[in-house]
Amino acid sequence: MVPVAESAVVGPRPADPMRPLRYRVEQVRRETHDTFSLRMSPVDGWSIGSFAPGQFNMLYAFGTGEAAISISADPGNPARLWHTIRRAGIVTHALGRLQRGDMLGVRGPFGSAWPVAAAVRHDVLLIAGGIGLAPLRPALYHILAARKEYRNVSLLYGARTPDDILFRRELGEWRARLDLHVGVTVDHAPTSWRGDVGVVTTLIPRAPFDPANTMALTCGPELMMRFAAEELADCGVPRERIYLSMERNMKCAVGFCGHCQYGPTFICKDGPVFRYDHIHHLLVTREI
Amino acid sequence: METLEAILAEHPFFAGLKREYLALVVGCAANVRFECDQFLFRDGQEADQFYIIRHGRIALEVFIPGSGPLAVDTYTDGEILGWSWLLPPYHWQYDARATQAVRAIALDGKCLRGKCEEDNGLGYELLKRFAHLMERRLHATRLQLLDVYGTRR
Amino acid sequence: MADKPDTVGQSRVLQPARLGDLLESLRTRGYELVGPTVRDGAIIYDTISGPADLPVGWTDEHGAGNYRLRRRDDEALFGYTVGPHSWKKFLFPPAALLWRASRDADGITIADDDDDVPRFAFIGVRPCELAAISILDRVLLQGEYTDPNYATRRRQAFIVAVNCAQPGGTCFCSSMNTGPEATGGFDLCLTEVIGSDAHYLLAKAGTEAGETVLADLPVRTATEEEMAAAAAVCADAAAHMGRTVDTTAIRDLLYRNAENARWNETATRCLACANCTMVCPTCFCSTVEDTTDLAGTHAERRRVWDSCFTADFSYLHGGSIRRSVRARYRQWLTHKLAAWQDQFGVSGCVGCGRCITWCPAGIDITEEIEAIRARDIGAPPVADSKETVHGDA
Repeated sequence: MVPVAESAVVGPRPADPMRPLRYRVEQVRRETHDTFSLRMSPVDGWSIGSFAPGQFNMLYAFGTGEAAISISADPGNPARLWHTIRRAGIVTHALGRLQRGDMLGVRGPFGSAWPVAAAVRHDVLLIAGGIGLAPLRPALYHILAARKEYRNVSLLYGARTPDDILFRRELGEWRARLDLHVGVTVDHAPTSWRGDVGVVTTLIPRAPFDPANTMALTCGPELMMRFAAEELADCGVPRERIYLSMERNMKCAVGFCGHCQYGPTFICKDGPVFRYDHIHHLLVTREI
Repeated sequence: METLEAILAEHPFFAGLKREYLALVVGCAANVRFECDQFLFRDGQEADQFYIIRHGRIALEVFIPGSGPLAVDTYTDGEILGWSWLLPPYHWQYDARATQAVRAIALDGKCLRGKCEEDNGLGYELLKRFAHLMERRLHATRLQLLDVYGTRR
Repeated sequence: MADKPDTVGQSRVLQPARLGDLLESLRTRGYELVGPTVRDGAIIYDTISGPADLPVGWTDEHGAGNYRLRRRDDEALFGYTVGPHSWKKFLFPPAALLWRASRDADGITIADDDDDVPRFAFIGVRPCELAAISILDRVLLQGEYTDPNYATRRRQAFIVAVNCAQPGGTCFCSSMNTGPEATGGFDLCLTEVIGSDAHYLLAKAGTEAGETVLADLPVRTATEEEMAAAAAVCADAAAHMGRTVDTTAIRDLLYRNAENARWNETATRCLACANCTMVCPTCFCSTVEDTTDLAGTHAERRRVWDSCFTADFSYLHGGSIRRSVRARYRQWLTHKLAAWQDQFGVSGCVGCGRCITWCPAGIDITEEIEAIRARDIGAPPVADSKETVHGDA
């Protein structure tokens, strides 16, 4: 059995784990052409409670279905519940049509969390690719709120093109901090882009970290996380200090439907955050 | 002000290079500067140099007819730019444009080629290091090629 | 793998002709009777009204991809093994309404499905099926979350187990330690003893509820000979299993053989038809269906059986993770015999043989496991042999 990376404090759990709580959209923010963020608050007396960075909720669009969406909010301020969603299938498109005041269903929080407590007194690398920046943002918020407990902290972020960069305003604020190393790169860029071009792993050599004393958290497409984890391991970061956020088809998020199985693990219960050494053998097995 | 020898000796690319070889390399080195938007080299030009970037950023661009220039890679502080000087036909294959002011060390590739022919030991040492660079770039480029952030069709 | 019962009831004898009294007693206590009955050339589980519905005098023949009913030359009530149904059909229905929702100008309202949950009395539960129910309990009741619908049906169910007198051609419950004799997890357990000169049911209670029911029936205490005869029935069955399988260290065996060439071979035969998962008494995979009416004002969520063999079971971001049949078959077998242990502390297989019987291609998991073990990729080389046994990469 693969151990859960870090457990979280959960809010009141309704008797039927398949029944959503009602939430109302408070704010819609367009992030990029295909990505948006929703801030929502509970309608009834029940909320999902507090959550740990890396956890996700199942968001229900009336009549269409549910999607597993990572919470992108600040865990220190759970009342402002943000999710950042990329339009990919029918449910995420339906969520993308929600406006302020509309209701949706929320079940959660589910899953294992980023090891932000275990990372104290280490150098920390947050390596994000594409929409993967959204599930890492809560970890960054947590770390910045307790900044002096960590040593060097770096955020390395790769997007497809400059138009796909998320959280631009916040990135600017993070860049401006003297206690945070921020690297941003894109896969392809027009001439007007003055920043780095190349995959996010190319930012690793320039980040300030002592491999022997580093915790790395990476989130993005599976292949990108694999490349990043391998590169970090080659640099000397111990595999037990590299964490990935995995994804699989998810229907129930409570360990009943069987869809999210990844080897012997359930992504919804044992993940989505996994330690690299625990899943390394699964990452290299095709179609597992 | 740091001497070229000191800078090159400290650079990880030349780590482990014996003193005589380092001296040969230093002998071919010179400080250079580029303004923002200045081209270091153009596609098709003779490749006689390579660069160690001290400060700044350079975009490697391909010009797509009907579309415009597209940056496929960038190089920044501490990175090595250019290996076309090492292998025939010794022509650049991309445009390299400074996207901000750049300070770099230019190394005379033509001169170094000659020295490598005279002393194959130097050639081997440089080729080993460039092969490693190429392997890293190829690996990263393949991931870039997979366009993992795009929606799969 | 049933637990040891707290109360081991005294053995009684019930005449087969009086089985109807048991059924009637359960019915008057408010149970809906579900039991075996012959339909469409098979012995299935469905609502029954009395002993006349039972497959009296019928037996079944099982082989790989092969199932036939055959008339017995006696009037045994339970003279068969298992059919294509399992009790999960009633505890974990193929389609279940989870909740309804409606939408208006103000927003969404979600209401529970408060239809009554039936109280079932299961008649004729085999020991392997008791084990399967206990496994489903682990999955749906004993994890971090509980399935409330399963919980209610399970709690309300009255279980009348029947030991196996003759194992089927594809049975291997002995290898999986789940039979042929029931050791617990039942309210009542019957053993049918039938011979040229006698035909009786040895009955004992496994719970207080069972004891209460038994006390109302026209039973008498069993004699030593009768108890010995019943014990012999089970012992005899154990010696005549249709199949066996070596489960030594099977978890690690399957984990390290993810790239065994056998999977390629099986994939040429497997149709990914999902029969095995549907007849399997422990397979629990499901999907969620969200639907609306045409006006878009009423929505329903249903839980529906699903199978890891379907093409889009593992769909993610524009494609399926397990695209090939090879990967899906590997997933099913590895999950059932290996990963299940890490997930739930027990094997997922009870040795009932249904997947072998109802596979249209006749794939036999006992044969598959043996084939993998024979060409184990990860086995250390044998010291004295001239060639090492390795699977093809």
